[in-house]
Amino acid sequence: MTTLDVLFTAVGVIAAASAVLSVTTRHVVHAALWLVVTLGTLAGCYLVLGAELIALVQVLIYVGAVVVLVLFALMLTRAPVGPSAEHDTGPVQRVAAAVVAAGTTALLAGVLLAALGGRTVQIHGGSTTELATQLFGRWVWPFELLSVLLLVSLVAALAISRLRADPDSEVRS
Amino acid sequence: MMHLGLPIVLVAVLAGAGVYGVVARRNAVLVLIGVELILSAANLLLVTMGSVLPDPMRAGQVLALFVITIAAAEVGVALAVVLAMFRMRGHIDLTQPASDEAHPLDAPPPPRGQAGDGPHSPHDPQHPGDLDETHAPVRDAVTRESRS
Repeated sequence: MTTLDVLFTAVGVIAAASAVLSVTTRHVVHAALWLVVTLGTLAGCYLVLGAELIALVQVLIYVGAVVVLVLFALMLTRAPVGPSAEHDTGPVQRVAAAVVAAGTTALLAGVLLAALGGRTVQIHGGSTTELATQLFGRWVWPFELLSVLLLVSLVAALAISRLRADPDSEVRS
Repeated sequence: MMHLGLPIVLVAVLAGAGVYGVVARRNAVLVLIGVELILSAANLLLVTMGSVLPDPMRAGQVLALFVITIAAAEVGVALAVVLAMFRMRGHIDLTQPASDEAHPLDAPPPPRGQAGDGPHSPHDPQHPGDLDETHAPVRDAVTRESRS
């Protein structure tokens, strides 16, 4: 056990536990708050792995923007505040979901461990300057394409809200 | 130096939790939380491989940035769809059929009645039922007319 092992284990256990809690909790709002814990500790995992820029972007975009959007959606759809079983499926489907989830976990862990082995490796995250050089040099066209994608998704979200508002206004008027 | 099994196990656990969230939840926003967990698992695998393997193009970290961007765009559009669905149906229960596919009089009220509006939000007791029961059949008729 090296220092990185200890750090990654400490952060990773919190991330895994809060991820499981965020999909099994009976409070709807707590699911979003456990998602905050998961994504924040994943930023810590990225820091341990030497990817400082990814950790900062994770905190800014995921914890800052995505979770706020999810919380807004929960508020706007009148999510119940207390514990409720209405957002979970029946016990049969939950058992089936647990089997599928355990199968996915076993398959991924088995394949990746068999392919890469449980070996000990050297972590070299690289400098942010090198990452920026590659991002705005070799990867610049996918980067610009993604900015177009963000614009398209913004316009699409606005269009969906406006189109769906029309039948309601006709009914109420 | 670091043991490579640790991030791999975390990736597998995150992906499994995300799959459980997608399959076992009925609330559309909670299904989205499961999708976010799966995307985070993919991100962690990308960053791990970018930091472990020789990566002169920094592909792991750059692709992780791209996945974060795509996830943000996906969440924006998906939440717009969820809110539109809430306005059309009055609930975001994914196991219930759409109100114009089922019987228009008895399908929409049960999820709203069971969804805890009575005990959990006593401050607006008449508003959800009023919106749902009086307008839902009219809205079904309107959508059916506009569709035909």
